[in-house]
Amino acid sequence: MKKIITVCVLLLAPLTVLASGDGMHNLSAEIDLNNKASLQRGAKMFVNYCLSCHSAAAMRYNRLSSDLGLTPSQVEKNLIFTADFSKEDLGEPTKIGSQMKVALRPGDAKTMFGTAVPDLSVVSRARGADWLYTYLMTFYLDDSRPSGVNNQRFPNVGMPHVLWELEGLKKPVYETHQIEGHDHKVIVGFETVVPGKLSKVEYADAVRDLVNYMAYMGEPAQLVRYSVGLGVMFFLFILFIVAYALKKEYWKDIH
Amino acid sequence: MKMLQALLEWVDARFPLTKMWKEHLSEYYAPKNFNFWYYFGSLALLVLVIQIVTGIVLTMSYKPDATLAFASVEYIMRDVNWGWFIRYMHSTGASAFFLVVYLHMYRGMMYGSYKKPRELLWIFGVLIYLALMAEAFFGYLLPWGQMSYWGAQVIVNLFSAVPFIGEKLSIWIRGDFVISDATLNRFFAFHVIALPFVLAGLVVAHILALHEVGSSNPDGIEIKKHKDANGIPLDGIPFHPYYTVKDIVGVVVFLAFFFAVVFFAPEMGGYFIEHPNFEAANPLKTPEHIAPVWYFTPFYAMLRAVPPMFNSQFPGVIVMGAAIVVLFFLPWIDRSPVKSIRYRGLCFKLALWIFVISFIVLGYLGTQPTTDMKKLLAQIFTTVYFLYFVALWIIPKFEKTKPVPERVTFK
Repeated sequence: MKKIITVCVLLLAPLTVLASGDGMHNLSAEIDLNNKASLQRGAKMFVNYCLSCHSAAAMRYNRLSSDLGLTPSQVEKNLIFTADFSKEDLGEPTKIGSQMKVALRPGDAKTMFGTAVPDLSVVSRARGADWLYTYLMTFYLDDSRPSGVNNQRFPNVGMPHVLWELEGLKKPVYETHQIEGHDHKVIVGFETVVPGKLSKVEYADAVRDLVNYMAYMGEPAQLVRYSVGLGVMFFLFILFIVAYALKKEYWKDIH
Repeated sequence: MKMLQALLEWVDARFPLTKMWKEHLSEYYAPKNFNFWYYFGSLALLVLVIQIVTGIVLTMSYKPDATLAFASVEYIMRDVNWGWFIRYMHSTGASAFFLVVYLHMYRGMMYGSYKKPRELLWIFGVLIYLALMAEAFFGYLLPWGQMSYWGAQVIVNLFSAVPFIGEKLSIWIRGDFVISDATLNRFFAFHVIALPFVLAGLVVAHILALHEVGSSNPDGIEIKKHKDANGIPLDGIPFHPYYTVKDIVGVVVFLAFFFAVVFFAPEMGGYFIEHPNFEAANPLKTPEHIAPVWYFTPFYAMLRAVPPMFNSQFPGVIVMGAAIVVLFFLPWIDRSPVKSIRYRGLCFKLALWIFVISFIVLGYLGTQPTTDMKKLLAQIFTTVYFLYFVALWIIPKFEKTKPVPERVTFK
């Protein structure tokens, strides 16, 4: 407790507020929320690769059918792999109206990965789509890490390279830069060591689909709010004409 | 029709309905030369109503509980029908409230609306501003995101900088040693019950005071000086229907901007809803950079600009508080008999513009991580902020003002 208060007092001290400047630029995800096929592929990626450890508890499965153009039975057959343990110890099939939860318990996650596994419901809004895309594109081999891989966007992350089967494995290419008189090893590119099931372009597209889906999942209302907004703008425009004419009429005698 | 008339008479015999309608609307005479700057008072009232109505609806689904709060906000965003719309109106409304109030205050400073006989009207206004700041601060904790949590931590720690009793005081405010469920519950109570009552009461007082003394205008003259045979100001027009129909136009234009943000940019690039606030509050993980929402950043910049003295941040807190308290004394600091900027000298105009620039620059600096350069800038502009009030005191001694017209003008 003392520590937290000390930290806060320190944060108040002007000089100790640190910049987040890690100097790395994000790659551009170039997602497109209007691309339903991409969102569907992304949802498939998400439930297959992410939803084993990461929950997305703010999201319900039935949302996938209403928003992504799928029938409820398609969602039930293809996208629900989890069991619902909330009522029975042995679990029952997850219903379509259920939240996207996982069986992994937080305590187990701590033992396995050294950290709790964050819920991904709104991660796209905290980090941004470009950040997620960059993160998933920059896993590289690193023997010093328990999982055998490290990440350029999120150094020393606890998560293993879950998509390695698709991407393959790559090692970093370093260049030595002089910064303020010190030698710094900087990653300038990657070199494939083990090829994956997908080509480089195919992998980038698959990650883009996944990030697209996660951006949608962060705020499903995005799919409707722009079009509702246009309607509201149009209404206000008409109302402005009427209101302005009314004002002119009342004020014509005021000089 | 006859029935309605009879009903109205029945009511009027028991409640001053018609009397109030006349006093405050149909026979409240406002100067006929209000310009663009005079929209923001009624807009502030509109935003207050938006905040109260959307706030009531949000309260129906929100859970003031540290373990549930964050998820309940996302529940509102997804599972409650149109919940996202209500929530974005409320979050955008918070920023819109401050924007409108800042413009409203600037109008007052520009046209000298705070001067005699409107001192009390101004003081009620500053009190509304203070209550609004408290309301916004308490409300910002409720989504229970990382910025909610650490922002509240920083602000409550301001109180721990108070000499001697600070530590105890901050624990008393939080109800715990850190920001916790107890803090969330009491902030919820303040946000949805205590401060809305205070705000509503102050707004009523503000409007009653306004209608007692009458509205000022861009010429800064009293329309009550020239009345016709019936005692009606020659330059006055009934608020209703003239200003009601005019304000409707203002309302529609305002709503166009408001809903453009709600529908097309509710986060406003991280200024209205900060990105780190999409991460649930975590007492063990301090964000890299804590910045309050934009409307508090000028004062945050002042706080950070003042170096600690005797190992205490208290001087910074004092400076920040003084920046607001000094506003209460504005009617007595500015001694020029001329109210409006239109008839004042160049010195006043320059001073006011420099003051506005310093406020905006401080606002920008407050959003940024501190560097030596930015700290120096913040110190300079904090000084400039306070120098405005010194200048306001001195300028009338040598100022050459222009002659003030007898009757209002349209410019």
